[in-house]
Amino acid sequence: MSENRRGFLARAGASAATLLLAGCTPLSEQKWVQDMLAQVEILTLRAQRLFAGTHALAPEFSKKDIAPVFRANGTLNPDTPTYNESAAKGFADWRIVVDGLVERPLSLSLAALRAMPSQTQITRHDCVEGWSCIGEWTGTPLRLVLASARPKPQARYVVFYCADNMAEPGDPPQFYYESLDLLEATHPQTLLAYELNGQTLAIEHGAPVRLRAERQLGYKQAKYIQRIQIVDDFRRINGGRGGYWEDQGYSWYGGI
Amino acid sequence: MSLASILRRAIGLAPAGPYYFFRRHSGAVRLAHWLNAFCLLFLLMSGLQIFNAHPALYWGISSDFDHPILSLTAQDSGHGLVGVTQIGPWRFDTTGVLGASNEGGEPTARGFPEWATLPGPQWLAMGRLWHFFFAWIFAINGLLFWAYALWSGHARRDLLPTKTDLAHLPQEIADHAQLKFPQGEAARRYNALQKLAYFFVIFGLGPLIVLTGLTMSPTMDSAFPQLLWIFGGRQSARTIHFICAFSFLGFFIVHIVMVVLSGTWNNLRSMITGSYAIEGKHE
Repeated sequence: MSENRRGFLARAGASAATLLLAGCTPLSEQKWVQDMLAQVEILTLRAQRLFAGTHALAPEFSKKDIAPVFRANGTLNPDTPTYNESAAKGFADWRIVVDGLVERPLSLSLAALRAMPSQTQITRHDCVEGWSCIGEWTGTPLRLVLASARPKPQARYVVFYCADNMAEPGDPPQFYYESLDLLEATHPQTLLAYELNGQTLAIEHGAPVRLRAERQLGYKQAKYIQRIQIVDDFRRINGGRGGYWEDQGYSWYGGI
Repeated sequence: MSLASILRRAIGLAPAGPYYFFRRHSGAVRLAHWLNAFCLLFLLMSGLQIFNAHPALYWGISSDFDHPILSLTAQDSGHGLVGVTQIGPWRFDTTGVLGASNEGGEPTARGFPEWATLPGPQWLAMGRLWHFFFAWIFAINGLLFWAYALWSGHARRDLLPTKTDLAHLPQEIADHAQLKFPQGEAARRYNALQKLAYFFVIFGLGPLIVLTGLTMSPTMDSAFPQLLWIFGGRQSARTIHFICAFSFLGFFIVHIVMVVLSGTWNNLRSMITGSYAIEGKHE
């Protein structure tokens, strides 16, 4: 084969590849493409649930594995007047409301939360970006809080509302929120955490209370929790996809 | 001689002397091959998009941010962004390709450049959607191919290197280095280098990249903590996954070079229609 023809073939091949891939960025912006690709989310969830079920525990580590500095990510300080005021009082007036489809709505102070049985676990935090950090978390198992509020039979999801506003200054507020289904919310390692590495939770880590759902990625671990609502469907809440990042296109299922 | 056969010869579809066709690849092999090629292209580019969200690699159970094995970063030099690739203690200026390159015409801090990622601009959520979609097809296609190859005897007959193959290996390496490829009857079978390469990719690299990918999933680690033990932790698994991806790329490049050098059109036709032209008289 002549050099010319080979050169032509190489160029043709490269152009075809470029065309194909150049087509993929605009394709990524098409809703039908996003919806089609997102179809496998349910397949992933089903497959993982098949193996992990309700009870498989996230691996726990030893004290020597704890990162010297736990990397803080996402909002580092909600910095709203109400939050700052509460922070100045050591969150003495902070309340976590538990409402929605429950027999017994609650309004928990931090003291009430701390008075419940506590649990400590050294686990790995996995960011969707790819990095991992190990820390020791102490908090109240969420299943105990839910049991005390007594979810109604039609309850399916637990929605967490947070104090950090994700909107640009000047835009209408968009507070961080997240959701888990009851299976993940009542998992034995799912905590409302108020301590990291034996210290009261710092503001950058979500003070006074954040979620730990240890079989899920970092964006599911809502910080600055002020309300927990039990619902049968999250499609009517905010963007309708079950969380702040989910509304930006991330998968609701954060197990992978 | 007909015009058609002159043309066939001219573009390399047929040898100059007498030849006959033989069915080199079964339908299953051809289908699996092209599905796989398609998946790998999308998986590599969406994988680089995901990598760009945190363009650094670590070894062990968690990220020691001060000591990455590899990192692609950008530094502001005062007159523009400088891309820095660091591998262990060694630092390289890779401006324009790794660490810092143009995104929408603007110099931007990003690991791999826009032309290498899917989608082009930084967009992790979309990269993940592409990646997991094609990961499912890749894994299912791989499992079906395994089942076929083991069941039909393709693996044992065509892929598993024999003692004779291995004995001829030094001679074959020398021949390949001189770009001498098997002709005639010898071209009917894969040679030892081909067998070794295909065998290693199908039964080594393929499962390894799937398993290290799954080890990055926190739910999979709950279901199968053995994965962490096998690969030495989530961050090691991520690093091995990255090395596997570039091993696939390396295999792909060598594969394409070999396809071109040993008869582009004959090879390509055999992987599309199944028919491969062999020089000589049919026995």
